[in-house]
Amino acid sequence: MTPIRKKRLLLIVLMVAGVSVAVGFALKAFNENLMFFFSVTDVAKGKAPAVKDFRLGGMVVNGSVKREDGSLAVMFDLTDNAEVITVYYDGILPDLFREGQGIISKGKMRADGVFEADEVLAKHDENYMPPEVAESMKPKKP
Amino acid sequence: MLPEIGHFALILALCMALFQAVLPLWGAAVNNHQYMAVAKSAAQGHLLFVLISFAALTAAFITHDFSVAYVAHNSNSALPLLYRVSAVWGAHEGSLLLWALILVLWTNAVLLFSKNLPREMVARVVAVLGLISIGFILFMLFTSNPFDRLMIVPADGRDLNPLLQDFGLAIHPPMLYLGYVGFAVPFSFAIAAMLGGRLDAAWAKWSRPWTSIAWMFLTLGITLGSWWAYYELGWGGWWFWDPVENASFMPWLIGLALIHSLAATEKRNVFKAWTVLLAIIAFSLSLLGTFLVRSGVLTSVHAFATDPTRGVFILIFLVLVVGGSLALYAFRAPKIKSTGEFQLFSRETALLLNNIILVVACASILLGTLYPLLLDALNLGKISVGPPYFNSVFVPLTAPLAVLLGVGVFLRWKKDEPQRVLGLLMLPAVISIVTGVILSLLLPEFKVAAMIGLILAVWVAVATGYQFYSRVNKNKKLTTALLEIPKGFYGMTLAHIGVSVFIVGITLTSLYSQEKDVRLEPGQTYQLGDYEFEFRGVIQNQGANYVANEGLVIVRKDGEVIQEMKPQKRIYRVQKMPMTEAAIDAGVSRDLFVALGEQLDSKGAWSVRLYVKPFIRWIWLGAIIMGLGGLLAAFDRRYRSVKIKQSVDSESDAGVTV
Repeated sequence: MTPIRKKRLLLIVLMVAGVSVAVGFALKAFNENLMFFFSVTDVAKGKAPAVKDFRLGGMVVNGSVKREDGSLAVMFDLTDNAEVITVYYDGILPDLFREGQGIISKGKMRADGVFEADEVLAKHDENYMPPEVAESMKPKKP
Repeated sequence: MLPEIGHFALILALCMALFQAVLPLWGAAVNNHQYMAVAKSAAQGHLLFVLISFAALTAAFITHDFSVAYVAHNSNSALPLLYRVSAVWGAHEGSLLLWALILVLWTNAVLLFSKNLPREMVARVVAVLGLISIGFILFMLFTSNPFDRLMIVPADGRDLNPLLQDFGLAIHPPMLYLGYVGFAVPFSFAIAAMLGGRLDAAWAKWSRPWTSIAWMFLTLGITLGSWWAYYELGWGGWWFWDPVENASFMPWLIGLALIHSLAATEKRNVFKAWTVLLAIIAFSLSLLGTFLVRSGVLTSVHAFATDPTRGVFILIFLVLVVGGSLALYAFRAPKIKSTGEFQLFSRETALLLNNIILVVACASILLGTLYPLLLDALNLGKISVGPPYFNSVFVPLTAPLAVLLGVGVFLRWKKDEPQRVLGLLMLPAVISIVTGVILSLLLPEFKVAAMIGLILAVWVAVATGYQFYSRVNKNKKLTTALLEIPKGFYGMTLAHIGVSVFIVGITLTSLYSQEKDVRLEPGQTYQLGDYEFEFRGVIQNQGANYVANEGLVIVRKDGEVIQEMKPQKRIYRVQKMPMTEAAIDAGVSRDLFVALGEQLDSKGAWSVRLYVKPFIRWIWLGAIIMGLGGLLAAFDRRYRSVKIKQSVDSESDAGVTV
């Protein structure tokens, strides 16, 4: 091999090694940060992970929103017309949060069966039902 | 009547685009000057008809013509004039029309500034731009006609989405599109050069100013979007790694890589095939971005199932553009020979590394953006990839880029000595480490990440400044010496300074922001950092097309009132949509941000969001400086001198020119 070729080879080897390391890290981060969506029924059936964060979607049950006195904490029920799960959230609810509206919350299950959300999302659209939630609310085929 | 004229003008524009695409290509192939000359008149006619069409749609909005479906869906008789005009590009159909208009504007700009380029080159470039335009106009005419009428005319319109009723967002899409569509120009240059089989350094030289300007517009467009999200969405964030944002960020990254590889291709005749590939990718990602954001695929991939024509058309169009150009590339690339030689330790290698990092970063974003869509489309489950993924990949990938920047600008082309560079960089390295450490010790709390960020920022600034200093000829009068330095070099220096400012902003904002959501009754105060926020309660307020609850928050520092802030919670009358209008006190070293949540009880208590965001303005300031650097570089004298030389070459047969 000529010296120029040798240097070129070295350059290529270095680049390939660098890119592989970067890709490896990226895929690892990707795997660790994937968040799955579960419907209320999925969770009731125990399909949702016990320790990992996930996204839970459903419709806010009418009349279920309860506030704690003197703080921002709020509890409400989510349903997919089959099962019900109670959600706890300590923070400011989004503008479009209201009873009867489909929402998505991000968080994890507590030991007492309450879903503790650290984020609640309601999209900025009057008729909006998050597609995941709409899907989960459809009557299930037997 | 007017909407029909607009529709008809669009059809005529399509005819013009056909002429613009077919005849010049044919002329260039058989060396027929008359056919090639069609490019200019066809492009002008094309511009005229798209302008008429655009004006007709704008007029329909201004005159409240709710018989036009698009106007009825996106406007209302109470909508202020400014937003009636910006509502033209407020949704899918109209933004496609804006796209087409900007494309034909760029086409005519190319014709205007390329008078002295070889005739075949100009003909082919304009023809390729015409081909793209054909695709867009067909898309509009067949699937997304903005002039469709409603059978039953509604009494009033459904109003523009309140989120879009904002000045920042009124000008955000045009800026972004000027960038997206601007990448069509280097793309067309690359395709034209491949068609002609003449991929010399000259085409790189012609592409450079256009790439820089397109990138500048994209930078400004993204910056506007980020700024808008910050003050309008009520969350106080400036970047969310939302698919909509990623869609514009990917072409930005590739455009940045393209700017750097074009420099190497032009100056040293290296990376030719790679540069062509980047030009293709940059434009393909721009197309992808446009469609991702505007077609509704992000809201739901299954939305396409209800209206498959749009989705199918988009896929065919993307396949034709991307597949066609890659096929041409595969056919031509083996013949593209990069004649320049370079050693491992050289500026070429540094630029190559820059490109690799940017492309890998872009690929990681593409993965995180498209993978969830793909899984969903295949019914394999619904997942989301949040900011933690993007942050944990993007930050470690790009931090080395800042180190590389400082080294790269000192490296000589072709071959350099490690000892020489090490000697040169010793002083800047020591200065930046010492300054970075001192600055990070002055911060309210010492954080290692902040120290690293500040060292990098100072490093970029010092290396850039030092490089500029060493470029100044010390033997001449300062003014003469400064005037001698080309604008391209000024542009690069400015853009790199922008990078430094940007790093300071990101580092300090993300590490030292104080954020608190609290419950406040009228008269209650909350202390956040150095600031005391006193909530005085909420009053009702009327706007043009909304009602607002307006809060009053008094901010004190060391007991002295520094600002009265009035955050609003608006309900827009037509869409009944609540909107958070945050109150922001902007400053060089910090922003104060107050947003209302909701009323909690009958005592008048509200949930209130209080933020102190240090140095957040530096993020946008840095981005704007980068953009200005790109603009300045585009006006380098070199790009004009090449034209003069070309004009001498083509003078022999000047008689036939149009």
